[in-house]
Amino acid sequence: MAIRRRDFLKNAGLAAASLSLPRLARGAEAASIYDLERFGNARVLHLTDTHAQLNPVYFREPSVNIGIGEMAGRPPHLVGRAFLERFGIRPDSADAYAFSCFEFEKSAGRFGKLGGFAHLKTLIDRLRGDAGEKHSVLVDGGDLWQGTGLTNIMQGRDMVEVANLLGIEAMTGHWEFTYGEQALRDNLRRFKGEFLAQNVFLTEEAAFNDAPAFDKATGRVFKPSVIKELGGHRVAIVGQAFPYVPIAHPKRFTPDWTFGIREEELQKHVDGLRGTDRVDAVILLSHNGMDVDLKLGSRVTGIDVILGGHTHDAIPQPIAVKNASGTTLVTNAGSNGKFLAVLDLALDKGKVSDVKYHLLPVYSELLKPDPGMAELIGRLRAPFVTDWSEKIATPDRLLYRRDNFAGPVDELICTALRSELDAEVALSPGFRWGVTALSGQALTMEDLLAETAISYPETYVQEMTGTQIKDVLEDICDNLFNADPYYQQGGDMVRAGGLSYTCTPTAAIGSRISELKLNGGKAVSANHRYKVAGWASVNGQQGAPVWEVVAKYLRSGRMSQERLGSGVTLKGVEGNPGIAGQG
Amino acid sequence: MTALTGPRATRRLILQGAASVALLGLGNLPFAPARAAANDKYPEEAFRQKSEADAIKALYGRTAEPSDKVKLDAPEIAENGGVVPISVTTTLDKVTSISFFVAENPSALAASYKIPEGTIPGVANRLKMAKTTNVVAIVEADGKLYSATKEVKVTVGGCGG
Repeated sequence: MAIRRRDFLKNAGLAAASLSLPRLARGAEAASIYDLERFGNARVLHLTDTHAQLNPVYFREPSVNIGIGEMAGRPPHLVGRAFLERFGIRPDSADAYAFSCFEFEKSAGRFGKLGGFAHLKTLIDRLRGDAGEKHSVLVDGGDLWQGTGLTNIMQGRDMVEVANLLGIEAMTGHWEFTYGEQALRDNLRRFKGEFLAQNVFLTEEAAFNDAPAFDKATGRVFKPSVIKELGGHRVAIVGQAFPYVPIAHPKRFTPDWTFGIREEELQKHVDGLRGTDRVDAVILLSHNGMDVDLKLGSRVTGIDVILGGHTHDAIPQPIAVKNASGTTLVTNAGSNGKFLAVLDLALDKGKVSDVKYHLLPVYSELLKPDPGMAELIGRLRAPFVTDWSEKIATPDRLLYRRDNFAGPVDELICTALRSELDAEVALSPGFRWGVTALSGQALTMEDLLAETAISYPETYVQEMTGTQIKDVLEDICDNLFNADPYYQQGGDMVRAGGLSYTCTPTAAIGSRISELKLNGGKAVSANHRYKVAGWASVNGQQGAPVWEVVAKYLRSGRMSQERLGSGVTLKGVEGNPGIAGQG
Repeated sequence: MTALTGPRATRRLILQGAASVALLGLGNLPFAPARAAANDKYPEEAFRQKSEADAIKALYGRTAEPSDKVKLDAPEIAENGGVVPISVTTTLDKVTSISFFVAENPSALAASYKIPEGTIPGVANRLKMAKTTNVVAIVEADGKLYSATKEVKVTVGGCGG
């Protein structure tokens, strides 16, 4: 511990990523990394995509996050060294470990785990205390209630308790919707903050049948925004839920609601906040994903800052976007509780005159866990912790999920599906949540659930022709690489097991995927039918939950003999700095 | 908090639009052509065309020019390809018809509305599309054709982050 602390002292040139100040010019003393210089008269604290990780985690940032067209080489599509250079972060620093994949395994031992809600509580209370009474607000960008076995079994109820103790005052949602309307509404009745979503409306049928809505006239299901008095000024926070909930997830969870980006409704609402409500600042609490937010910021006027999430991009500085009436700052605050964003605003009558932004890594070894929150976490976990702590396997390799095309966690899942369900090919969704396990770290059921716990975990086996397999890959690949961000859904490429292929991200839909081959090199033929296993289907399925299938496979001990490996060859992205070791 | 009259207006328009689409869209009903519009024949030929260009030609005998005065509202990604909500409004004067084309559908012309004088030129309906396609709206105003185009993605879904 003492040695670790010295590492921080030496290397943590942390966090003060102000707009006006280059990152390298910051003070570098560990003792003061969370002592922010006083600035402005209002402080907005932003958490997002924590995925219910109550305790500190390892989480490796991606080594492949390719941007195409206009997005090529621009944040968030920079990884590894290119990322560190863009943001002026020293490669041997704690920051480099927190923000990038650079020498992850080496640094994990030095700097330890990040996040954890008891640690977050300590940090948040301190930063709110520094700002003073009625000068701060804590908001959450969604994906707060999903990502662990505990929150899945409790349908998010645990996280509502945690959110209330943490003091979250406003949130929006994404996975929150996947427990269905009843569970969502039950949770929101217990939630002390506000759930905001300007872009969720009743379907025509539901409106006709008089389904419940926040505003029957507009059909808005939830309150679109809230106005907070901060430092004597009025700050509007508008919620933007994930726009593609009924497409990315089974429609049965939200049959009465229709989503979408809803640019026009948003503009009208922002105009109303500015014109009628005379607010001094407008903040969009968004679960759009960063590419979508960057485009939205260039088209919708009157928003000062978009506090973004969904794509899990840990971007140390806001990106300024010009639009017809001024500039909008766009942020994205990482995932899994690794970071806390601090937006300090200097507010004047009717405007934001200056801004300072910090994306603070939550180094669990530098923060004392808050006793009250630690006690709550212990109480929530208690009924399950024994059942889920059995050691299932001890993999001899680093397990992580995030990369555009593949990651060892999903290779393991695909191998387990093929092996246990006797399938030639396996498909596993390109989720961006799911924590990292170090090589030699024992895996428990709780760990497996942290990679798989969703409300539609059923596995399936079905026959698909070669053409159908290719079409699925093309379709999902377009969600990542469509030149227009509004046609992207976030998330990564579906993971394929037992299958290799070549991908040309810069091509058009229908032409990106080629050279499909089965393991062993035999070409996939268009009309032949293949046995395909998978999970997380948007159509109802009947198979065992995926975590049971993976656990069974791991218990069989076959993993150690099998060499995993992804079979995706990339074309046309040579030199793209969204691939580690390039650019 | 804000004046939000849009969706209410939309509902009215849907009711208006529904009447005409029922008449024109269901071309196989024998009585439909007679009731569709007193002065016009049912555009059987246009509904039969496969491509969007041929359908526009058969319906109007001319081509349209893109115009930012035609506002086409459609989702970027369809929540259900079977019922995609599409609406059109316009600030153009003397509008006499509004038509919808779905480029990749087996027959491109999806619906055509006659707009009687003195009617607000706005229609909303739901269109079926099996795959990702451009949707084209054409507004006929003062004898000229104006268009707006938007791509609607129809996806297998799943795999969100």
